[in-house]
Amino acid sequence: MSVILSIIYLIATVTFIVGLKKLGHPDTAKSGNLIAAGGMIAAILGTIFIHDLQVPTIIYVLIGIAILLGSIMGWLIAIKVEMTKMPELVSLFNGFGGASAALIGIVEFGNSDIKTTSTTIIATILSAIVIGAITFSGSLIAWGKLNGSVKSVIKIPQYNIVNNLVIIGIITLATYVVVGNVDTPILLYALLAGGLVYGILFVLPIGGADMPVVISLLNSLTGIAAAITGVLYDNMVMLVGGILVGSAGIILTVAMCKAMNRTLFSVIFGSFTANVGPAGTNKALGSIKSTTASDSAIMMNYATNVVIVPGYGLAVAQAQHVIHELEELLTNKGVIVKYAIHPVAGRMPGHMNVLLAESNVEYSRLVEMEDINPQFNNTDVVLVVGANDVVNPAAHNDPSSPIYGMPILDVENAKHVIVNKRSMKAGYAGIENELFYNSKTSMLFGDAKKVLTDLVAELKNM
Amino acid sequence: MKELIEFINNNLQITYIIILAIVVGVEVIKSIPAVLHTPLMSGANALSGVVIVGAILVMLHSDPKDYLALGLGFTAVVLGILNVVGGFAVTNRMLEMFKKKK
Repeated sequence: MSVILSIIYLIATVTFIVGLKKLGHPDTAKSGNLIAAGGMIAAILGTIFIHDLQVPTIIYVLIGIAILLGSIMGWLIAIKVEMTKMPELVSLFNGFGGASAALIGIVEFGNSDIKTTSTTIIATILSAIVIGAITFSGSLIAWGKLNGSVKSVIKIPQYNIVNNLVIIGIITLATYVVVGNVDTPILLYALLAGGLVYGILFVLPIGGADMPVVISLLNSLTGIAAAITGVLYDNMVMLVGGILVGSAGIILTVAMCKAMNRTLFSVIFGSFTANVGPAGTNKALGSIKSTTASDSAIMMNYATNVVIVPGYGLAVAQAQHVIHELEELLTNKGVIVKYAIHPVAGRMPGHMNVLLAESNVEYSRLVEMEDINPQFNNTDVVLVVGANDVVNPAAHNDPSSPIYGMPILDVENAKHVIVNKRSMKAGYAGIENELFYNSKTSMLFGDAKKVLTDLVAELKNM
Repeated sequence: MKELIEFINNNLQITYIIILAIVVGVEVIKSIPAVLHTPLMSGANALSGVVIVGAILVMLHSDPKDYLALGLGFTAVVLGILNVVGGFAVTNRMLEMFKKKK
């Protein structure tokens, strides 16, 4: 490999590390992203033009077309997508990366003579194919589940056993190919199919609440697939870049699990919703109290401080702009307004912050869970918009609840709680919320955007 | 166990690089505010598109008459660059919104 290309790769690798580091601080995040992107462009251009191969022009033309085509598509999707759709988009792009790794593996398997190639290389190729296939199909299922095209949690009986059999089958088959030096394309396709099936089975039973963790995990897997292909070509930028994403992804995954008080093991093997039978404790919860927009507006108008708890329902209803209007209106009337952000509000950690930032909510008004929880005792009114499981007291006091132990926002400590929901339907985790039956709680039913618009109108008239 | 030691011995350089890269990855991500988890995941996702380098290598090495390899390589490049461009663009869009007001 030419020295110049090696230096370009080295620089690109450094930009990845610096970029990731800078992405971790609000002030430098943007430049971090651009630096990493610059490094990536340099690595790509270097790979295309700096080598001593005799390459026919037609290949260059094809590479050019492929890059142009993919860039235009990627760019268009990225600038068109709504901010609420962000998690599924990340998942989709991630799936493409995985598919790319699997395809590379397939081509390289065809190119290598299994009798003369070292077992390490064959094992590398096979793992690239399998991991690439798993991330591809898994990411597509995650994408489908988040945007609603893959609806229910499909329960295959004994799915844990089925899943484990599939993975054992894949490993056995792969070992057979590697150790036995078998060069049959059928086995290769069987491995590919096995990877695809495993990806589907792996993500399908996982409940929506755990989806961010899964996306992060799949993201990390794509990094590992990239690193493996890097080993194949002895290519440092792929190796280091892939490993960086892999290890950073695992850390991020664990951080998310912690925020939800779930272990990675229970996310993968004990699916949230699969364990929950129809809860038998629903009846004895008492009655709910429903309220109107004008009553709620009066209550907030005369409060000293109001805490807004935004959830995914807010995002779905595209109500992030109206809520900002409401907040400004209350602020002008002398009410202290803050937002309480649960670590997993929305569909991914930080998702809610992005949405509220989009509608110009001041950064300083967003208060994280640990900081806001002690303040609920002195809060007059809490307005919960489209959130459910993150304010469910069962996490504290019902050991039989599937979310028991999850850190929640202690809104029940406030003097009054107004909960906006579309209906009494259970939240993403599929469990009842006793908060709604609390005597301090008033339910304000309706679509978040409509209800908030009504509230704004009422407040303007006061 | 013997095979593992032998493998490490034969691939000492790569083993070093892998382990150091893991450490760097962990250190760089540690203690990131939850606010930035989404952009960070998105940015890391764009980086995993580095697999496109491999896809380009596949195309450069393939015989212009080997349509299968060429077709697969072409698809791999398209998907890889989608991951890269889409990932960085969407991360940038997200971060634009964090820009300080006033």
